[in-house]
Amino acid sequence: MKTNDTRTELNLELYRMLYLIRTCEETIVEHYFEDEMKTPMHMSMGAEAISVGICQALRPEDHVFGTYRSHALFLAKTGDTDDFFAEMYGKDTSSLKGKGGSMHLCSPDHGFMGASAIVASAIPVAAGCAFANKRANNGKLVAVFFGDGAADEGCFWESLNAACLMKLPILFVCEDNGLAVHTPKSCRRGYSSLVDVVSKFNCIAHEHKTTDAEAIYELTSELIETMKNEQKPGFLRLEYCRYLEHVGVQQDFEAGYRSVEEFEQWYKFDPVALQRKKLQNLGYQTDNIKRLETEIEEGVSRSFSKAKNASFCEVSELYKEVLV
Amino acid sequence: MRNISYCEALNEAMAQEMQADPDVFVYGIDVADHKRVFGSTKGLLEKFGPDRCFSTPLSEDAMTGFGLGAAINGLRPIHVHMRVDFMLLAMNQLANMISSYRYMSAGRLEVPMVIRAVIGRGWGQAFQHSKTMHCCFAHIPGLKVVMPTTPRDAKETLVAAIRDDNPVISIEHRWLYDVEDEVPEEVEPTFLGHGRVLKQGCDITVVATSWMNIEALKAAEILAKHGVSVEVIDPVSICPLDEELITDSVTKTGHCIVADNDWVYAGFGAELAAIVSEKCFGTLKSPVARIGFAQTPCPTVRHLEQEFYPNAIDIIETIEQKLDLEETDLSGEDFYSYENKFKGPF
Repeated sequence: MKTNDTRTELNLELYRMLYLIRTCEETIVEHYFEDEMKTPMHMSMGAEAISVGICQALRPEDHVFGTYRSHALFLAKTGDTDDFFAEMYGKDTSSLKGKGGSMHLCSPDHGFMGASAIVASAIPVAAGCAFANKRANNGKLVAVFFGDGAADEGCFWESLNAACLMKLPILFVCEDNGLAVHTPKSCRRGYSSLVDVVSKFNCIAHEHKTTDAEAIYELTSELIETMKNEQKPGFLRLEYCRYLEHVGVQQDFEAGYRSVEEFEQWYKFDPVALQRKKLQNLGYQTDNIKRLETEIEEGVSRSFSKAKNASFCEVSELYKEVLV
Repeated sequence: MRNISYCEALNEAMAQEMQADPDVFVYGIDVADHKRVFGSTKGLLEKFGPDRCFSTPLSEDAMTGFGLGAAINGLRPIHVHMRVDFMLLAMNQLANMISSYRYMSAGRLEVPMVIRAVIGRGWGQAFQHSKTMHCCFAHIPGLKVVMPTTPRDAKETLVAAIRDDNPVISIEHRWLYDVEDEVPEEVEPTFLGHGRVLKQGCDITVVATSWMNIEALKAAEILAKHGVSVEVIDPVSICPLDEELITDSVTKTGHCIVADNDWVYAGFGAELAAIVSEKCFGTLKSPVARIGFAQTPCPTVRHLEQEFYPNAIDIIETIEQKLDLEETDLSGEDFYSYENKFKGPF
């Protein structure tokens, strides 16, 4: 059992990260139409609890792989808002020099080993990374994040099969918003439950529908423990609601492919608001919460301004880092 | 120096590099079965264990990405494909992931990975077991592509590829596997991008790739008896390319034929023709000629296959046209036919 103090501390940490991610993305929404961040934005809004809960359960040295929708994952794993905004603007101050952009975030120093904009393509790469960790016997875990559309790709099943066969220390995380771009599962699947099928492989598979970062943290921590004990890969399917359009910073309910009512149901349990309420219920003073929020907002604002005002890299950078 | 086969040279290169560097491992479909990829991975399982030499599920796509993941996390994978054609299942990982990973990470992640793939030919290999594809791979920035012809180059390029911190695709012709020649036991530190003059000559330059070098050497040998001096150049590495070796030769001879182990249209021959015309225009005595596969899928039946593939006779005829020679008397000449060697199947 956790003491109330450690539980408050954990929830405070979760809230700090949730609020940081939401603030970063709200900043993007506010400024995207200035047309200076010239990179296709696939926003994490609504999904934050998944990255935050899971990264809280990982250790800093563990590895993660993401997709084109990885703002939340990048920030949850690295906490580096300077690098984040610098890359959104493609500035020289970014560690990627603008070669990646929103869809290809990467920060190996923080264990963020890359993100692919081709659905499912990073999954086998994560498996290979896990193989190297297993060979090195370094105890590091790999968590690979992907949407439910990835389960339509052969590459996902090939990778799951290989990882189960080789008993790799890898956690598959399916961030399930029910849509592959705009197409619902009912138009894409010849089976009903992904977790049912996955659980036939030699891995430990769970699913959950929650926006509670603490619940996701607990679930992940237990799963990681079991994975270690049983020497098997893990699989987590976590449902969420994508608040904004597939790509871009606006809502698109008028397009008619999904209902605003469904969004409203989810929004009642918005992960950031839910976590704030939880802190209050734990007896954390509202004034302290507000102080924390102001602190985060100021930090984000500083990172944003730094990035906006930074210069671009030299044109000669184009030819660098193609080959060694 | 002792003589060993091309296949033994490949095997020795891997064994020595695996011995020297515990991060090197070899994997792929049937890599550890009783046939050991035509013998090229023989003994590696016994010597280095199943963690460093293993067969995989039939998942070319995922297992290619797997190699990328291992490479960016400290290992040096060698992925083996029994046919180049099977590698096409992994084109997404090659063109979208492996080739751009270093660039995407602004140099923070390196991809020291080797992909070996075998070109099939003959005995009904047909259109799904006979491709070369080197020009397609070389077209993509971020990939190195090599095609060694001689046993010595097979060993040296594979050693260099394993030590290279970039992704390297090595394409090996199945017919070359039994060719024997001198190969040094210890390979000097080497790097990729060296071509080789396989035969010196002064009348005409033939740049040939992979098996076509065997045909070019045969053509050169026959024409030498008739007083024609053919220079045969093997680029060995398609990317990076030893342009100077080629342009120096063409500047000397004034004529260039490219005999590529591939289709002609939009191929490596077109690239070479462009390079030669850009750099040797003033010294060219005739346009660059290209020899390659017929522009059709590779057929199964023997007589159509015979027509599909170019050979030494095609090279001789092209040289005759370029140098305005009389038709060479080929009676009594012995040309390569796989029926003399193989009874099939591979």
